[in-house]
Amino acid sequence: MTEMRMRDALREALREELIRDDRVFLLGEDIGAYGGSYSVTKGLLEEFGEARVRDTPIAESGIVGVGVGAAMAGMRPMVELMTINFSFLAFDQIVNNAAKLHYMSNGQITIPIVIRMASGGGSQLGATHSHSLEGLYAHFPGLKVVCPSSPADGKGLLKQAFRDDNPVIFIEHTANYGLKGEVPEQEDFLIEFGKASILREGRDVTLIGYSGSVHQAVRAADLLAEQEEIDAEVIDLRTLRPLDMDTVIESVKKTNRAVVVEDDWRFGGFAGEIASQIMEKAFDWLDAPVARVCSKDVPMPYNRNLEFAALPSEEDVVEAVLAML
Amino acid sequence: MSASATRQRPAAANGVTPEQMETFLHQMMLIRRFEEKAGEMYTKGKIHGFLHLYTGQEACAVGSINVLEERDHIFTHYRDHGHALARGLDPNRVMAELYGKADGVSGGRGGSMHLYDVSKNFHGGYAIVAGHLPLAVGMALATEMRREDAVTMCIFGDGSVAEGEFHESLNLAALWKTPVVFFCENNLYGMGVPLKESLSANIATLAKAYKMPAATINGMDVIEVYREMKKAVAHARKGGGPYFIEAMTYRYRAHSMSDPELYRSKSEIAEYRKRDAIERLKKAMLDSGALDETRYRELEAQVEREVDEAVEFAERSPQPALSTLYDKVYVEAGQ
Ligand SMILES: Cc1ncc(C[n+]2csc(CCOP(=O)(O)OP(=O)(O)O)c2C)c(N)n1
Ligand SMILES: [Mg+2]
Repeated sequence: MTEMRMRDALREALREELIRDDRVFLLGEDIGAYGGSYSVTKGLLEEFGEARVRDTPIAESGIVGVGVGAAMAGMRPMVELMTINFSFLAFDQIVNNAAKLHYMSNGQITIPIVIRMASGGGSQLGATHSHSLEGLYAHFPGLKVVCPSSPADGKGLLKQAFRDDNPVIFIEHTANYGLKGEVPEQEDFLIEFGKASILREGRDVTLIGYSGSVHQAVRAADLLAEQEEIDAEVIDLRTLRPLDMDTVIESVKKTNRAVVVEDDWRFGGFAGEIASQIMEKAFDWLDAPVARVCSKDVPMPYNRNLEFAALPSEEDVVEAVLAML
Repeated sequence: MSASATRQRPAAANGVTPEQMETFLHQMMLIRRFEEKAGEMYTKGKIHGFLHLYTGQEACAVGSINVLEERDHIFTHYRDHGHALARGLDPNRVMAELYGKADGVSGGRGGSMHLYDVSKNFHGGYAIVAGHLPLAVGMALATEMRREDAVTMCIFGDGSVAEGEFHESLNLAALWKTPVVFFCENNLYGMGVPLKESLSANIATLAKAYKMPAATINGMDVIEVYREMKKAVAHARKGGGPYFIEAMTYRYRAHSMSDPELYRSKSEIAEYRKRDAIERLKKAMLDSGALDETRYRELEAQVEREVDEAVEFAERSPQPALSTLYDKVYVEAGQ
């Protein structure tokens, strides 16, 4: 084990994959000389050269499309979209091409592409730059959606993304880039998709999160234990597609209560999907309706106090748990 | 100029042999008949959804695609039957795809607008206007990175030019010198909107602005298309980067089967039919002795048989099994 930050763990994954497989190459705005807007690709241009670490124009649709085309040709491209907010400009390429071509061509075409993007609010960047869209991408059959919460998961899941033959949307919460954690050193450290992890075992309630919201859930569990003597179990979904509902259901059957925590809006969001599957699969075990702690239903305000009020917090989670007991 | 001094017999001056001309004629006739039949079968309720016929534009597909080698790649838009047939996709399986049958080139999952045959490097019809242009650039980038001797052809309509992806793709292709031939079939309309009302620019001039060679040609003359495409492919193949062709053409039929054609006159259509590409080639071949009436009638009969057979094949082909609904959403691990 080595302790490292999320951004360094992600860079390690990219480096190892670039070394391992010469079909891997990187495309993105400012990923070269600038080192990536969150410093994930720092140093890779120097090490691998400009053919494999390619600075692109600011043309999201064009570069994602180029990545898809190169993947069709049998390459293993990774496209970095500075942030998820700009992925709207590439939406057509992701949804109509990457997600559909394998099916529409009856399996003749495969798209082994990794599309990385930074997500989440909390940095006072205002409404256009604070989206959380993991659930939106998880909506589309044909895509895989991965959203790590720790450096170890970041590395293991990103390496796995390059081994997958399907388009993978790899979403990194901006608040997690500086996060430190232990990362296994072994050469081929991979984490299988579709396996949630239980970060904390508990008897009284199941808190479910992914990416950034896992940390609210963990802090809320600490508060519940310290202040209320409530023993919460915390589940990190890690991938939204494929989704590991088995782990969630097993936990709910034990705790009989569940709270889903996510940064995205509540209305029409992914938390609703989790809640609904719990209802379908564990209705008889529930002692209370599944609660959702999400962003407030507003475009993200710039002002610090307003932004904090709009985002889900550990206090909101505690409150939701207390309300269902 | 001393052009006349070097002029040879007509066939040779074209750079096209009589055998090639007959291939072109046969393919154009096949596409024409195939499309007429598809329209008929649509009216009979055998084919559903959107059906965009290629009638009138045959010289574009045939003149250009015949220049490509097997190792070259093709991306096209939804008006794709002609391109598929010119590339040598099996007419039976193309018709079966229009029928939505299991033996269709896309297993009945694609339909008319989404024909694929990767074994022939035919990477699809794309139904989102201009959505496939970046894919072609990506394919060309990949072949270039692997130092493969392949050219990627990207076919689209004049309607694509106003889309952002057109500009992003031309810029990227030129910036990275990828071996792409952009082939714009300018049939003067995007659905019912005349190009002059939707584009405040000249198409070839736009392409030149991205620093690639661009030519506007008569897309209803298969020989002219073939000769220009030869230049384009040679340019891309020798590492010169992208090349742009704007082929002026005209579609005789409605935009799709559900278009009442309120936006143009019958006389305009009649005017363009007088410049018909098949008639033009046929006349040139008859004049030069490369074709006689007997051979022409043989070709007609052959095409009729091919299209009838395609319909029979499509009729006989089974429906895709409902049990396959969830297949091929993802590549399964270990595949
Ligand atoms: C992005 C997008 N917008 C609108 C449409 C609807 N549409 C389908 S075909 C078409 C016209 C395109 O014209 P052109 O590119 O000139 O091709 P043509 O049909 O003339 O061959 C339109 C607007 C679409 N398919 N995709
Ligand atoms: Mg048009």
